[in-house]
Amino acid sequence: MNPTTDTTNRPSVSVAGVGAQSTGARTSEAADPVMKLSGVSVFYGAYEAVRDTSMPIQEKQITAMIGPSGCGKSTILRSLNRMNDLIPGARVSGSVTYHGQDLYAKDVDPIEVRRRIGMVFQKPNPFPKSIYDNVAYGPRVTGMQVSSMDDLVEKALRDAALWDEVKDKLKTSGLALSGGQQQRLCIARTIAVRPEIILMDEPCSALDPIATAKIEDLMSELANDYTIVIVTHNMQQAARVSHYTAFFTAEVDEQQERHGRLVEFSQTGKLFTNPVDKRTEDYITGRFG
Amino acid sequence: MSTPTITTDTRPDSSASGNALTQRRSRPGEVAFRMAMQACLLIAFGVLAALLTWVLVKGWNRLDSRLWTEMPTGLASRLDTAGVQSALVGTLWIISLVALICLPIGILSAIYLEEYADNTRWYNRLLELNIQNLAGVPSIIFGILGLGIIARALGLGFTVITAAIVLSLLVLPVVIIATREAIRAVPQSIRHASYALGATKWQTVSRQVLPSAVPGIATGSILALSRAIGEAAPLIVLGAVTFITFNPDGLDSGYTALPIQIYTFITRSQSEYTELAAGAIVLLLAIVLAMNSIAIFVRNRFEKRW
Repeated sequence: MNPTTDTTNRPSVSVAGVGAQSTGARTSEAADPVMKLSGVSVFYGAYEAVRDTSMPIQEKQITAMIGPSGCGKSTILRSLNRMNDLIPGARVSGSVTYHGQDLYAKDVDPIEVRRRIGMVFQKPNPFPKSIYDNVAYGPRVTGMQVSSMDDLVEKALRDAALWDEVKDKLKTSGLALSGGQQQRLCIARTIAVRPEIILMDEPCSALDPIATAKIEDLMSELANDYTIVIVTHNMQQAARVSHYTAFFTAEVDEQQERHGRLVEFSQTGKLFTNPVDKRTEDYITGRFG
Repeated sequence: MSTPTITTDTRPDSSASGNALTQRRSRPGEVAFRMAMQACLLIAFGVLAALLTWVLVKGWNRLDSRLWTEMPTGLASRLDTAGVQSALVGTLWIISLVALICLPIGILSAIYLEEYADNTRWYNRLLELNIQNLAGVPSIIFGILGLGIIARALGLGFTVITAAIVLSLLVLPVVIIATREAIRAVPQSIRHASYALGATKWQTVSRQVLPSAVPGIATGSILALSRAIGEAAPLIVLGAVTFITFNPDGLDSGYTALPIQIYTFITRSQSEYTELAAGAIVLLLAIVLAMNSIAIFVRNRFEKRW
């Protein structure tokens, strides 16, 4: 009795430019990345929080961003769906492309960007509404054409591995759930709008180990359908779930200002067993951070 | 650097006798401060209780239906059959109009300032500062402003609508500030969650922020209205008539209001007037208390916990 939800509902994206970008540092992977950062710096006012970041995001893979506090990994994550726009004074230079389209081009609507690139936050933040309304909110505000909202809600909750726990109490408040359930509700809410990419900003840092394990299993499951980018403090988590890992660190410049910097990006197995950069090695072996 | 040495003398006594834990020491500072706080509370509460007792005792004979079924009179001989109906109806007219005028303006202004205005801009900061200042302007100033601009320049005269507009302006800053507080109390994470799902700004404000802020907005608005109800000073200069024997029948009608009526009764020497004034005070207090109770009920009933 699986509900049939129309999966063709995904936002269509103009793919002009894909394949036309063979220049630049291509990693050994064959596929064209779904997103690409080139020389991305993020400023808060005059302060440059992260410097010159270039990396690809591969389709239907999990990309992890790791590094010590203040290294700019969350800042970079927020620049991928223009959540930085909400912070007064924040500015992005360089280019972030999505299917070859520059997300920061003048005529790009950030609302359309976020519709395709969803986000799950560090602290579970369900709306103070019923579980059902939490999931249905996205489809409603984005005006998704759905044949049955009930089916869509059920599908999203099933995909987020939450359905069995909440199917008898869809009308109760999302805030009444446990922390781990709340976070899975937030994931269900995100996938209900059928995004292509899901950004996760330390999604397990507020959860206990059992809830964390459930979210990690869920991520691996979701990677069949979605591209996932996860920021985590937890190196083991990155090693367990991700296919690619980007290691960031904080550098102190001549003016004693800290700037985040991408040190190394490669396949997760390689980064953890055979890091190229000394700083990566120090960090993953626990000598630093 | 030498390592600091901790002498065992400075530690709390944990000797085998064990008495140290059970000997309650008296702490004079704690006791004195506690008593000072209780004394302050007693002063505030005592004055209120004395006032209430006084008006209840004074007005006891007049606390019956005459109060709201009869009109006021200027003739001492007719005082037995006098009440404050025209003032009560005038007050209800004014307060309903104040709610209609001031709540939409105040709430929308607050939403703009809190959600839309870029507060790095000097003009928005200037606006904010002046709203704070407006809240501190004496009410008689608003009365004079209303007399000059609304009653005379706009030609609305000494009418119900003039009084309502001026009182709306008077409590507008209170509504704006209370609404902003309520909006600010909605966690930023809720807004971000909404934006991350592809919601627009107005969808986020109208579907997430405002519903969560309703208890705070309602409470602040009702308290602002109770303040408007008790205002006499601006109405004095706005031509609230001291004795009228008809109820307002429209926006352009002459009027009086409870605080004005009470004031004029009290300035008369006959004790019957004092009694009637006390009765009217109890009526006014009852209205204000009822409104505040609604505010408390709304807050407790709809308050959200995050």
